[in-house]
Parts: sequence; structure tokens; C-alpha cells
Amino acid sequence: MRVMANVGMVMNLDKCIGCHTCSVTCKQVWTNRSGAEYIWFNNVETKPGLGYPRRYEDQEHWKGGWELDRRGRLRLKGGGSIRRILTIFANPDLPGLDDYYEPWTYDYETLVTAPLSEHDPVASPRSQLTGRPIRPTWGTNWEDDLAGAPETASGDPNLRALEPQVQFAYEQAFMFYLPRICEQCLNPSCVASCPSGAIYKREEDGIVLVDQDKCRGWRFCVSGCPYKKVYFNHKSGKAEKCTFCYPRIEAGLPTVCSETCVGRLRYVGIVLYDADRVEAAASERDPRCLREAQLGIFLDPADPAVREAACRDGIPADWIEAARRSPVYALAVHFGVALPLHPEYRTLPMVWYVPPLSPVVSAAAAGRGAEPDPDDVFHAIDELRIPIGYLANLLAAGDRGAVRDVLRRLAAMRAFMRRREVEGVTDETIPAAVGMDVPEIERLYRLLAIAKYEDRYVVPPAHRESADRLLAATDTDFGCAVDDEDRFADSAQAYRQQLVQLDLPGTRRRGLTAGNPPEGAA
Amino acid sequence: MQRSASSSRPPASGETGVPTGLDGLLAGAHRYFKRGTLSAEGWSLLTRGGRDWESFYRHRWQHDRVVRSTHGVNCTGSCSWMVYVKDGFITWETQAVDYPSVGPEMPEYEPRGCPRGASFSWYTYSPLRVKYPYVRGSLLELWRAALVREGDPVAAWGSIVEDPQLAQTYKRHRGKGGFVRASWDEVAELIAAAHVYTIRQYGPDRVVGFSPIPAMSMVSYAAGTRFLSLIGGVILSFYDWYADLPPASPQVFGDQTDVPESGDWWNAGYLIVWGTNLPVTRTPDAHFMTEARYRGQKVVVVSPDYADHTKFADDWLPAQPGTDGALAMAMGHVILTECYVQRDVPYFRDYVRRFTDLPFLVTLRPRGGDAAYVADRFLHAADLDGASAASEHAAWKTVVLDATSGQPAIPNGSLGFRHGDAGAGRWNLDLEGIDPALTLFGRHDVLVAVDLPRFDEGATEGGGLVRRGVPARRIGGHLVTTVFDLLLAQYGVHREGLPGDWPTGYADPMQPYTPAWQEPITSVPAATVVRIAREFARNAELTHGRSMIAMGAGTNHWYHSDQIYRAMLSLLLLCGCEGVNGGGWAHYVGQEKVRPLAGWSTVAFAADWVRPARQQAGTPFWYLATDQWRYEGFGAAELASPLGRGLFAGRQFVDCNVQAARLGWLPSHPTFDRNPLDLVDEAERLGKDPAAHVVDELRAGRLRFAAQDPDDPVDFPRVLTVWRANLLTSSGKGHEYFLKHLLGSPTADVRAAESPPELRPREVVWRDAAPTGKLDLLVTADFRMTGTCLFSDVVLPAATWYEKHDLSTTDLHPFVNSFNPAIAPPWEARTDWDTFRTIAAAFSRLARRHLGVRRDLIAVPLLHDSPDELAQPDGAVRDWTQGECQPVPGRTMPRFVVVERDYAAVAEKLTALGPLVEQLGTTAKGLTWTPDREVEELGRQNGLVRDGTAAGRPSLERPEQVAEAILALSGTTNGRLAVESFRALERRTGRPLADLAESRRGDRITFADTQAGPRTVITSAEWSGIEAEGRRYAPFTQNVERLVPWRTLTGRQQFYLDHAWMLELGEGLPAYRPPLNMRRHFGSQEQGDGDGLEVTLRYLTPHSKFSIHSEYLDNLHMLTLFRGGPVIWLSREDAARIGVHDNDWIEAYNRNGVVSCRAVVTHRLPAGVCYMYHAKDRHVDTPRTELTGKRGGTDNSLTRLVMKPTHMIGGYAQLSWGFNYYGPTGSQRDELTVIRKRGRAAGF
Repeated sequence: MRVMANVGMVMNLDKCIGCHTCSVTCKQVWTNRSGAEYIWFNNVETKPGLGYPRRYEDQEHWKGGWELDRRGRLRLKGGGSIRRILTIFANPDLPGLDDYYEPWTYDYETLVTAPLSEHDPVASPRSQLTGRPIRPTWGTNWEDDLAGAPETASGDPNLRALEPQVQFAYEQAFMFYLPRICEQCLNPSCVASCPSGAIYKREEDGIVLVDQDKCRGWRFCVSGCPYKKVYFNHKSGKAEKCTFCYPRIEAGLPTVCSETCVGRLRYVGIVLYDADRVEAAASERDPRCLREAQLGIFLDPADPAVREAACRDGIPADWIEAARRSPVYALAVHFGVALPLHPEYRTLPMVWYVPPLSPVVSAAAAGRGAEPDPDDVFHAIDELRIPIGYLANLLAAGDRGAVRDVLRRLAAMRAFMRRREVEGVTDETIPAAVGMDVPEIERLYRLLAIAKYEDRYVVPPAHRESADRLLAATDTDFGCAVDDEDRFADSAQAYRQQLVQLDLPGTRRRGLTAGNPPEGAA
Repeated sequence: MQRSASSSRPPASGETGVPTGLDGLLAGAHRYFKRGTLSAEGWSLLTRGGRDWESFYRHRWQHDRVVRSTHGVNCTGSCSWMVYVKDGFITWETQAVDYPSVGPEMPEYEPRGCPRGASFSWYTYSPLRVKYPYVRGSLLELWRAALVREGDPVAAWGSIVEDPQLAQTYKRHRGKGGFVRASWDEVAELIAAAHVYTIRQYGPDRVVGFSPIPAMSMVSYAAGTRFLSLIGGVILSFYDWYADLPPASPQVFGDQTDVPESGDWWNAGYLIVWGTNLPVTRTPDAHFMTEARYRGQKVVVVSPDYADHTKFADDWLPAQPGTDGALAMAMGHVILTECYVQRDVPYFRDYVRRFTDLPFLVTLRPRGGDAAYVADRFLHAADLDGASAASEHAAWKTVVLDATSGQPAIPNGSLGFRHGDAGAGRWNLDLEGIDPALTLFGRHDVLVAVDLPRFDEGATEGGGLVRRGVPARRIGGHLVTTVFDLLLAQYGVHREGLPGDWPTGYADPMQPYTPAWQEPITSVPAATVVRIAREFARNAELTHGRSMIAMGAGTNHWYHSDQIYRAMLSLLLLCGCEGVNGGGWAHYVGQEKVRPLAGWSTVAFAADWVRPARQQAGTPFWYLATDQWRYEGFGAAELASPLGRGLFAGRQFVDCNVQAARLGWLPSHPTFDRNPLDLVDEAERLGKDPAAHVVDELRAGRLRFAAQDPDDPVDFPRVLTVWRANLLTSSGKGHEYFLKHLLGSPTADVRAAESPPELRPREVVWRDAAPTGKLDLLVTADFRMTGTCLFSDVVLPAATWYEKHDLSTTDLHPFVNSFNPAIAPPWEARTDWDTFRTIAAAFSRLARRHLGVRRDLIAVPLLHDSPDELAQPDGAVRDWTQGECQPVPGRTMPRFVVVERDYAAVAEKLTALGPLVEQLGTTAKGLTWTPDREVEELGRQNGLVRDGTAAGRPSLERPEQVAEAILALSGTTNGRLAVESFRALERRTGRPLADLAESRRGDRITFADTQAGPRTVITSAEWSGIEAEGRRYAPFTQNVERLVPWRTLTGRQQFYLDHAWMLELGEGLPAYRPPLNMRRHFGSQEQGDGDGLEVTLRYLTPHSKFSIHSEYLDNLHMLTLFRGGPVIWLSREDAARIGVHDNDWIEAYNRNGVVSCRAVVTHRLPAGVCYMYHAKDRHVDTPRTELTGKRGGTDNSLTRLVMKPTHMIGGYAQLSWGFNYYGPTGSQRDELTVIRKRGRAAGF
């Protein structure tokens, strides 16, 4: 066991109101500058829809993330180093500008400066790249609230195998919002894709960063990331990505997108995990079991053995405490109501989602019997509008059971609380039906509903007194990852090494690179 | 150009051609090949430097200063924001998270905000910013020449505007560009000269100001209104004009609007979200709804579209637009049947007996021989014998039948107890042993047939009739029944033995108002209606009223909003939900709550110097000023029920308005066809009382109301100042009429024909040539170049919300927030306070010579919350011009008040707190108290003025001093005054109340407190909720728990409204009235020219996700977050019908105007409906239209005002006028539009 800490986030999609405040505050703070006009470290998508960039979830097309080769070993879906060398000047898996959008502005000045003319002045759109008149045809949130959906949304990759069920008709309309940031993966394919060794995952908190000094603008990270959360700054010529607001995280503050989330749906915390088992977890054969596999390497911060090991591996005591109080751990592991986004990409993402409830499917279902019980106000999970299969494709590699389990827990929490608040009855059978007890369901209620600031965000500040050690470590080790001649001798072997090495850029030690058991290795 | 992945490689050296797009910008990337050492594999290079580079993003995050402020936009959000300043520049903002806690058992308010607010700092340095004062070049040239010619600014202004040719020169340039910079001094003199000239020549009531929603920035609002109040200018209302005022609120509650804070949603067990898209329009608060669901709350959404809020619903009722009233009536049918007739629910029964008018007796009037009756007015004490009839204000004391004694009884609390000496201590809801009978059934003398209105059939808007029956009894010479008995008849809830036509059951599709009847109207299945109604009532029964309905623009912006709302409110009243935490109505559209009400209104309307201010109802003002009255397609009689007496026969809406002005119902400014200053002078010359002089002149026909001839140049409004608003291109219903008649801009694109002779008014002069360009001067102060700015003559650069001190509050939370400058106003921008100080100084300078001291006669309507509401008993219309009564000012006509105006002292008074505060006290809701100690303290805090008219008075020179005065003089922010306000209410009610504020008696929220963080207000009699002990604000909890009457005729919440005009329209009780049938009234609007496929759709303008009205819709971030410009949403079916694809250019048009924009095609809308989110300005991405070649207009290019006569009622109990309290609403939602695809490419 080698204990590492990784930041994580849970977003409760059942609370997301699709307001995009997160996108705007993030934009203003981080990417409100030239070269980054089209870059949204945080964006929000209406689902079903193509997303941003278009159809980014279709890895058959974009070849992001990982896959298993015939021998069951992890390899980048975008191909090995040879292919990448051959395609370095013409990466076929790179989204073009049209897949994002051509950023625009307006000739606002004309409103003030227009001379007396026949028609009243108007600010018309101009390309931010060329300055020429432009007619916007796509944007970061072009599909808001099912805009254009009848013409485009059937291309949503999550609709695979659901087409007969989803018709894009008024009576059957459904939607929900999907806010997205970088997943800060445990097994980041962007890192593995970078030919310059410019991307690394921080030892202390697992935040994945693009070194702006080292990046050479090859953009293999862009194609390598299946979530398309690494962007290319066309002015600096460097890749940039969501930094999980590390300048704030280091100060013990949640990310900007989290703190400004008016839906109060984001939770930030750290999770302890066993770095030695990352590769094994990502190599789980059945994609539907990848979530379980990832849960399997998360370590229980209340377990004395884990605490001891964490201590031994240099994790500060307050971080271990923070891990114990982590809302991310609570929601993803303890309550099991949060699910990873597209676990089948095998990057072991660290931003998880509570799936949304929704209204009943049809007026007919709403009518039910002639004399329904007016005290029984909630509907069955299978009557809900959002097809379970859709959520399963998004959050569970197609495993409907996993989604149904979560929705049943949410529904049970509501039913339990309703009986208590409206009828004054504490009905123990309700939590029992979903494998919980009364204190547990109350705890879940408090975390999801009352959700005080201190409960949503448990962010231990960085130990700056140790910064020298970290910097010293990186000074010597850092940047060497990709100049290791052996790495390219055998691509499968290389990737396995790379996985471990790049996972821990600051602490790579010779004894660990082959994935040896960690016992006593510290 | 196709920019595919493969084309994005860096070009090899030597390649030529102009690089374009991203590719071109990538061209520099190759330089990186030149640095460092290539690795052995040839595809990386070695660098050192470790993690030092991480400082890159750390530096970006670092900043110098964080300043708390908020956003003064009309969203009622009032969110606390932290503004970041770096190197002296504002960089970005994030929400404050330090709200006072609401306790451990519920979610906190943090982090209030929304994407629009988050993008605000973009404006600060944007190219859209108004940086300097601008004047249109053609006007400035005329002005400079006239100054030279005349030598005097006032004479110079007169020489321009009185010369038709000169005036035409600059008026026809409005909207056409050509602005030039001018200095503040120069524009201030021009503006001042226009004001002085207009006051002298035409009267102060020709000088008008428009600014809405004081709660969003109280000091800025007050800056202009205080100036106008001091000079006698007209201050226009906005709440009713915006159609956000729910007229049902004054009708039912006698209150403007009073709603729960959003935190109280948490307490609801059942929430119907009905006509308000909470995530979009209440973004900062929506979380309380999503979170309350986890507490077991059921959420039901009624909306035609599958929208942001529908996502959260457990049930979605997709009612057709405008049919909400039918749905609500059917739900009421179920609740009355199951909870009042089939079963007795003690909680409900007890509630309606004590807190509604249901047990009150209503007289029945025979109709059509004696075959049937119609409901008439309330029985009152004057109808009874002996002592009751002789008691004070007997005609205002309504009567119940005491079930115990079987005798009529007069419970406390009706209006008759509110104003007189005898009523003191008895204006309360203590029944004192009376047991009001809800029904006369079983106690009746006779069972009689009653005729009731129905509007779902019939040849006119007035609909038809249905005959049903009630139990009745003879009392005081009248046949009477109870409101409850009438209500059951109206809803079609049968009791055995009653005569008439009744539904056979829920499944009866023919009879209103059964669930089956509503199904073809709303498209909601009958079974669903039954189930939801039952659940709603059952939840209220179990929780004692914790069922809530959140409602808003979607249900309120209709012409018959009051009927829709009354049908919805009835559900809440019947289930005992009002005045209960977690229950009741939650009306969320444009509701503005100036929590420090008493202090603010004192300062804003200069009540510290002169009373009253000249306040005017916005809708009739614009209806006349923009000549929309000349384009009517039907008259007032069209609306009248067959049950009516023909009161509206042959009359137009403007005729009704003239009558309302004459009878003192509505204010009407400009008032007369003569300068009100001159009227006083005339009276003085004649040695007469000015009021008597006015009465004599009116009687003799020598004086007319200006409303009788709005197209006479002497009756024009002349000078208009707009601040904190985008009047023309956001709220201006009938936008094209504004451009044409008010401004005279050739841009106007009115396509309608004027009313045919048979539809022209009787009492209003019809001039064959309609005037254009009525306004001499339009001044707008703003920080961004809006459409209104573009059409203005003068544009003033305003400070933004991050550049000034101010205050903000809202209904939605209980805190007071402050604005604070993060930077000084940049360029030449000024705060609104400084802008009006500048104008006032220039004005006073010119006024000294041209105006001096004058006396001004103000025609004040009969006001709500004053004894005037007792002026016209019985709800009868008695017109002194018809010999039905004598013209008595303050009783049968407006009150005429003469005030003195020292015009040279205006600037001094503007910036000092006047002496009337302690001399006359401050007033809210008819209660008065004296903040003498506070004035003293303010003098010490703000400093005293040393010289001049205001010597010795507390200074109001700076905005933060004004904020301090507002806080000091209000009960909600000053515990001592909160206690005083309750003491005043105790004297009238005889009930103990001061304890509600006692625990915070020593609290005084100062401006510095609000700068430190949001501060929680104090429970005060200025409002109706109890906020003490950490309770969430819910309206009317004081009424229910402390037995304080509602400010209505009966003192209770009213189902029944007995004014003659209400009955004329068949609106005595809640009823379903469908949207106005525009197709019937105006015919097809389609071109039918074969140029393209056309479809006519219902045109809805809901509130937008990426803007607050027009604010932010020009903000680059918000434009980037959706389609980058104006759009109309269409259903996929309608789009297919006219060959429109997503993002195609389309045109929308009807008789009122043309809009050009792009299409959004979606399946979340039903066929037959299109959405253009409010409000689309015309200054961004708006091409010229194909139809007329002019610039495509705003969302209001397709709308036009139609006033509802019942909103003009006044002088009668809760239907008396109040500023933003009651009055015609500017509804816009009953409109249809034609849509077709553009044939040619759009051009600008």
C-alpha cells in the first residue's frame, strides 16, 4: 500500500439548475484573456446534447482515454508513441475550431461613434480571431435547454442503443445539466500523451497541471483527454487546462466554480487512495466494474491501518483528518450515491456525479389509478422521464442497476423525510428498503439538503513549510519522465511505467517504477 | 472555411498567404523548436525549472483589494458580491459567502448570485461603456447657436422647441447615431434650461422622470425622484407598468405585494411552481427548492414548456399558455367538493371563517324579472337598523350572520373601524364571540337561482352565463347570501336541493369548472388535476397550511392576470395557507421590497420638505403619451359580462381613464390643459381658494383634464429623464408607438391602422393628424449604451454598481446589502446622486431668475391607506359631470393640494434632510410615527448644513449619507422605530404587537454595518411578516397570529369584489377568462403575399436565462453562453411548417411592428407557441428587416397596451389608488405574431 491524497469533487446533478455561474466565474478568473477566448475550464452542457466540443464523448472518433489491448493491458486509445511520432504534425484525433466554436465579439464602439446615418447603429458580431463579420453557428452552450435538439441532439453518444426510446418529441422531452471541469484523473491519459513531459500530477494533491514553461504545444494532451478538458491557447501556443484552482486549494479554499455554485451542488474534498493499485484498477476488464475497481483503491481514512500508512507515506495529520471528513468520500464511497463520469475511459476520474431525479414520463403515468392515495405523492423510479439507460451510459458504462440503486436511495430519503416532516412518523422501513438505517439516511439528508459551506468543502491548506521539499524533489526528478529511453522500447511496458511514474512525478523512485509492492518502500 | 484538425499544423517556413483563424495565430508556435535540447527520441526536449512555473496561475489569482458590493439590476436578487481589484483595475467578482446564518436545520443563503451578476465586471471597461456626456450633434449645434442668439439658456431652449422646423431637425435624428461629446457643465445647463422653460411655460407636470425598482439601489432611485419631487415633476410608477404588479394582490389582500423570502420555501411541504421559472428568474434562491425536495417537499410544475424548473418537478402539468385560470378553477372545484361539501376539514373551516370574507353577506339583485338573481354589493351596517346603521362609517362595516344567535352581526376589523375615532382599538380580527356562519344553507329563507358569468363561450370577450343557485335570507330589506354560498355556485359545487344547472360530477365536460371541463382548455388530464388538487389540500390539512404556490410572469403578465391570480389564490385561502410559514403565495416577478420603507420613501419623495409628490400611474401615462389609444380594435364594452348593466356601452378605454381621473380614482399627469402654477396664480388674482377655482373652472368647462386631449400640444409631456432603466427598448410595451409618437423617430415601424370611427373615444378629442415627437428632451443616464440611450437626446455617463455607495434589499432574503466603490467612477462617469446634484445646481441657478417662488396645485387621487379610501361607498360609480353627485375635492373627485416651491432652493434642499420629518413624522401603511431622535443623531453623524435654506439640517451631500438617513428612519433597520411602528398599530388595533420588535429595540443597522456584511432586518409594522427569533419571513403572519386585519373592505382576504365595474366585467368572484382573442379583434396578420410560408403563433416573452431584462444581453460573456444574439424559440412542428431550421434568420411581425432575429428550434415547446425571451434590445446583432427595410425591433415591437378598466377603479377601500400599488398594468402576453423565414440574407 502506498497512500496518496487526491483532490476530488462531487457534483449533485439533481440540484444543478443549469445557471452557468460556475462557467462565468471560472472564465473571469482564469481564461478571460486573449488566446483563451474559447477556453472554458468549466462548462455546463444540456443533456441530451452534443456537448462541448461537439461529440467529445465519442472516443471511437476522438480516441481519447485508455483501452485494453488484446492481452488486457492498458494502452492509450490514441495509439502508441510510434503512431504519435508519425502524426505529430497532423494529429487526426484533434478537434478543429468548428468542433469548439470561433469566438466572437461585437463592434460595440459603433453605438457611440456612429455618425448620423439612415439606420440606427447596431453592434454586429465579429470574429475574435480575424476581426471579420461572423455569424455564430456554434458555441460553448449552443444547445442550452434543448435548443436545436431536434436537429442535433440525436448525435449524443450517450443515446447509443436508446434511439427508439428517445424521440425528441414535446411529450417526451427531458433534460438535465452536466457541469464539467478537468477530472483530475488518477490515471490521466493527458499526462501519458504528452510528448514533452509537460503535464504532471502533483504529488501532494493529485492536481494535474500543464507546465507552461515546458509545454511545446503538440496538443496530444488535447486528443488524449477523453473529456476534452485540455485546451490549446492559440496565443501562447501552450496547452492549458483546469487547474482545480490550486492557488485557492493551497490556501484551503474551494475552487472558484465550487464556491460560486449557487445551486450549492458541488462538494470538494480529498480522497486517500492506494497508488500501487491504480494500474490494476484501470485495467479491470469489464467496464461496468470500473467504478467498483476505483472504489477499491480508495482507502478508508477512518481505518487505523490506512491512517498509519498515510502517516508513514508523509501525508500530514490534518490531511488525514480532512480525508476522514471528506464529503467526496462520503458521497462516492460511504453512501455510494455519486458515480464517475464515463468510467469506461479508464482514466479513473475524480469528479463524480449524483444522477438527477426527474418528473414522470407521461401524463398517463401521472394519472395512475382513479383514486390514488393523496399522501403517497412520489412516483416510482422507473416512471421518471430521464431514461435510466441514458444515465447509465453517462455515469456507469451502461450499468442501469448502478443508476437505479442511487436513484432509489435519493427517493427513499425524500419519502422518509416526507413521512417525518408532514406526517410526523419516523418510518424505519424506508431506509431499510435501500440498505440504510435512520441515522444514515438523516446524515445523507443533511449532506445533500442542508449542505453547509463547511460540509460541502473540506479543503486542507497546503503545507507550505514543506514546499521546499516538494520543489527540491521536482527539481531533480521532474521532467525526466519522458526522456527515459526505455520507455519507448516496448510501448505496453512503457505505458505501464508511465502510468506509475507520471502518476507521481514528484516522488518517482527507481524501486517503484515497475509497480513493485509498496510495503516498506517508503 | 473548414478548419479541420489536419489543417492546424504549424506552417513550414517559406509558406505564404495570409494566415486566418486559429491556424494563423498558431503560426508563431514553431519558434519553440529553437530552444532547449531535443531528447534522444526527437520528440521532446529537456528543460529544468521544476514547479516554479506554478506561480503563473498564482499570480493571476493574486489581487490588491476585495470590495463588497451588489448589483442594482431589476432581478430582485440583491446578492452580496466581492469585487476584486488588481493593479487598480476591477478584474472579476465572486459571491460573498458570509451571510448571517439561518440556523443549523436549514440551508444557508450563501452563495447568492447568478451568471449574469458574475459577468458584470465586463461592463466596467467595455467598449459599450458610456464614458462621457453625449448630445446628438444636430441638437448641440442648435443649442449652441441659440445660446449665442438668445443669450439666455431658458430663452434659447424655448427658441428651439417652439420653432417646429428646428424641433423637427433634431427629433427626426433620434436613434440615428451622430452623438458628440460635451462637457458636464454644458449638458447640465441644457437640461436645466429645458426643465425651467417647461415648468414656466407648460407646468412642472410636463416634466417627467422614469426609474424603476428602488429596492435595487435606493439612493440612486431617490436621487432623481427627490429632485422631481422638489420641482413638482411627475414620477411614474413602474410595477404596474411592467405588468409585474399582480392586481389580484391589492384586490384580495389590500397589499401591493407581500411574499415569503426564498428561505421559507424550505418550510413548504407541497410546492406548485406555476408561471415562474425559479432556476432562471430566481437563480440565487432556486437551491431552496431543490433542497426542500430532500426534506420531503413535493414539487409540481405548471408550464407550457419543458423548462429549467420542470426538470425538478415530480409532476409536470403542461397547461396551454394563458389557461392557468381554468386549471386553478378546476382544482378549486375539487377542493371545495372534497374539503368543504363532502367532508369537513376543521382547520380549513376555521381559517376561512376568521381570515377571509367567505362568511360575509352579499346582497342579491333580481335580474330578468324574479327568475334569477345576480350578486351585488356587500351588505353593510348602514343597511341594518338602529345603532349599527348610525355608527361611524357604517357603510364600510360588512356583516356576517352569527350562527349562534341567527342574527346579523358586525365583526371588528372591517374598513369602517380603520379610520375613525370610534374604531380606534377595534380594527382587529377578534371575533369577540361572534360565530360567523359560512353558509346560509339550512338557515335560509329561500333557495334562489343566481346567474353567474362564464367566459369560455359567447360571442364577445364578455362570455355567457350559467344559472345556479344559492340559499338566501332576507336581512335589512335585502335578499342576501354568503360569499361562500356564491363561491360554491361559481365553482359549480352542488348541494342537494339548490336550483340551477350543475355539473353531474368531475367527469362532466360541459359545465364550468369541473376537471373534465378544463381538460380540452388546458390539455392537462382531468385525473391529474384531481390528484394534484387532492394532494395539495391534503398536505395543507396535515401541515396546517404548508402548501405553497410560486407564481410569476408566466401567469401574471396576461391581460386577465387578476382573474388568473384570484383563481390560484383561492386554492391557498381555501386551504388555510396564507399567513403560514411554508405556505401561501410566492409571487416572484418584479416584486420590489424596499425593506427600509419609511426612511426611503421620506427621502425619495422629498417628504422631508414638501408633501405630496406628483406620482403617476405609468400605464395610462404611456398609453396616452405614445398614442397607443389611437389603435384600438375593440372597446371597453367588449369585456363586459351579459350580467352587467351596460356601463361601458360605446366607451373606449381612454374614456374610462378620463372618468377615473375625474372621479379621483387614478392620478392623471399632466393634469389639466393649463399650467398648475398658473392655476394658483389665477385663483390668487381672483381671491379664491385654488381648489375651489379648479372646481369652478372644471364645471364651467373652461378647464379640461389633459387626458381628454392627449394630442393637444399643451398637454404633451415635454421633458423626460430616464435613469436606472432601459425604458424604450426593454419595458416599453408598444415600442414602435413610442418611437413614432413620443419621439418622432423615422425608425418607428408601426404597421397598424388607427381605430375606425366607430371605435373612437367619446370623451377624448380625436385629432385627425396624430402628433409625432411630443417630447422635447429625452435624457438618459446609464453606464452602457442601451437602445434607450441611442434614442435619447442627451446621454449621461453613470457610475456602475462597483463605483458607488448605495443600498439594496429584496423580498427574497431578509438582509440589507450595500454597494461600495471598488474604483472611482472612471472617465467622466458620475453616481446618480452626483448627476442629479449637478442638474439641480444648474436648475436652481436658472430658476432663481426664471421661476423664483411659485405655488403649485397637485391633483391627488383618493389614496389607499388613507381616509380617502372611504370616499365613495357601495362600490358605486357616481359621476359629478352626470349630476350623480356634487364635485367635492377629496370625495367625488381628486384632492387638490397647493404647495409652495422655492425653485432656487431646490439644490440646497436636495442635499439636506428637511424639517417635516420630525414635524409631521414618517408614514407607512397609514401608520405614522416620529423619528425625532433619529434626525438629531443623523445631524451628528452626517454633519449639519451650515448656510442657506437648509442651514442646521442633516447633510445629504454624499450618497453614503443618504443611505445612512434611509437606515436611520426605518423600522426594519432601526429597532426603536420598529417598536414605535407597532405602538402606532397597537393604538388602532387594540392588540399587543410591540413585543414583536422588542427584542431588537436597541439594534440600529448603520451603513458601516452593511459594508461589513449583509445585515438581517428587524420585524416592523412596515411589513406583515414576523421575522423575530430566526423565523423566515412569510407574509401575513402578523395578521393570522396577531389578528391584524388585512387592509381591505372586510378586513379579511377577499374572494368577492363588489365594485360596480368589477361586477360589470363579471369579475365579482374568481373566474376563468381566456387570453384576449386578438385574431378575432384584429384579423389575420399574415402577409399572404406568397413570398414565404407563414405561421401565426402565440407570442410569449418569458424572462431570460442570460440576461435580466435587457441588462447583460449585450455582455459578451452572456452572449457567448448562448446564441450570440436575439432569437425566437419555435417548436419543431411549427419550424417544419415554415421550413425553418435551427439558427436560420427569421422575421416576426404583426400589426405593431417587425422583429428580425434567428430561430431556435426545439422540442421542449408545444406547437402553436413561440418564445422571445424578455427583453431583446435592438442594439446588438439586429439586422434590418426584409419586410420594411428598417432595423428589426425589440420584443416589444410586437406588443401594444390594452388597459383593463377594472384596474382604474379607485376611491373604494382596497381598490383605492396607491403608487405601484394599484393601477392598469401594461400586460403584453395576449399577443400573436406571424413568423416566417427570411428569403434573403440578413444585413445590418
